[in-house]
Amino acid sequence: MTSKSERYELNKNLAQMLKGGVIMDVTTPEQAVIAQEAGACAVMALERIPADIRAAGGVSRMSDPKMIKGIQKAVTIPVMAKCRIGHFVEAQILEAIEIDYIDESEVLSPADDVYHINKWDFKVPFVCGSRDLGEALRRINEGASMIRTKGEPGTGDVVQAVRHMRMMNAEIRRLVSMREDELFEAAKVLQVPFELVKYVHENGKLPVVNFAAGGVATPADAALMMQLGAEGVFVGSGIFKSGNPQKRANAIVKAVTNYKDASLIAQLSEDLGEAMVGINENEISLLMAERGK
Amino acid sequence: MTNPSKRPMRIGVLALQGAFIEHMDRLHSLKADAIELRCAADLSAPLDGLVLPGGESSVQMKLLRELGMYDGLKAFIDSGKPVLGTCAGLILLASSVEGQSALGFGTMPVTVRRNAYGRQLGSFHTCAPFQGVGDVPMTFIRAPYVTEVGSDVEVLSKVDGNIVAVKYGNQYGLSFHPELDEGTWVYKLVFNL
Repeated sequence: MTSKSERYELNKNLAQMLKGGVIMDVTTPEQAVIAQEAGACAVMALERIPADIRAAGGVSRMSDPKMIKGIQKAVTIPVMAKCRIGHFVEAQILEAIEIDYIDESEVLSPADDVYHINKWDFKVPFVCGSRDLGEALRRINEGASMIRTKGEPGTGDVVQAVRHMRMMNAEIRRLVSMREDELFEAAKVLQVPFELVKYVHENGKLPVVNFAAGGVATPADAALMMQLGAEGVFVGSGIFKSGNPQKRANAIVKAVTNYKDASLIAQLSEDLGEAMVGINENEISLLMAERGK
Repeated sequence: MTNPSKRPMRIGVLALQGAFIEHMDRLHSLKADAIELRCAADLSAPLDGLVLPGGESSVQMKLLRELGMYDGLKAFIDSGKPVLGTCAGLILLASSVEGQSALGFGTMPVTVRRNAYGRQLGSFHTCAPFQGVGDVPMTFIRAPYVTEVGSDVEVLSKVDGNIVAVKYGNQYGLSFHPELDEGTWVYKLVFNL
């Protein structure tokens, strides 16, 4: 029998294996196969990609388990799926179908406007979005074993992912530079336990893997997030809302591996066809990043 | 391996995707000259050893081929210098993968079963005997194991009757991730650091 703390370590370890990789949103087994062949290190199974959720409006929920199982059958790489913030029964369902990672995601309509899921109650791992260090550490305190920036999903506008990654890293650097007796106040301001603040102070990083997500649409966007310190990238609408998903997926995977090689990224950026139609952050009425803090 | 020149051993760590930084950190702690291999140009420096890390074997294999690194690395493995493959790295070394065509270099005559313990819920940690080393901590993450070995392949460890570590010539293949647990025994064993 595996203890809770051992299970948590194993779940953090799976995220370590995903590093340097691209996790792609897919809505069908066919798209999942395209993603795997293009070099995705995992896929996120969902009924509608964020751009379509945004367009459709209304309440957005966990995907049909049958659809997720179809994607699990189609690929050998890990399969993730989203549940609503605070909806622990959707999470229980995803655990029952042996999902590899649950994304407690602001892309779906929140089920609870106060509480997130107590992720320690689960054996399967969780990834959660955050805009800054306080959010990230609160999610980790609740049992998340991987963090991603929230960004602004379904927009093709990378500005928020950049803002969130810079904010997180600036706050980490600030904690590192503090005297130890200043950490107690920092924990109070960040609204997180002292132990987590101390970990960041001593190690200069989050205790879990940190990916970029929300608005990544081009190989250059992906490399930008990597150079800003992301350990890997989620690409949602950016691939299957573009003119040539296969080619773009391939290019983003290579840009993440060689994120500092500008001449390679230049080649990869050629002839990718139409990128997803972007929406600027000030043109949208619904800011998903504001959900669940 | 003797190292008469006294310069630190230079170990290349395949750094296309996965948990390569963990290996780099352990090698640096042993004063090895660990270098990341991300593209064909990185293979121009002479290497004394190679690490194929964990991650997604399908991703790593695709990038190896498309970034023009396959032939250079295969020639290095064929040269008989020490190679350590962990998890996905073991899959890249195996000559045969159950249910699909071999993914990687195929330099080690073994058959592996990918995701042999199932999905993430099947991932586990244990302590088990490793030949010549004693009990070592073992972390299995969506791990493969070896189902068949060719002649001259030495079985170094079994867990619950399944083969989880093999040696063929100077190639070591492990289903688990020594880089995730405390200790540097594996680098001492493979690279004589």
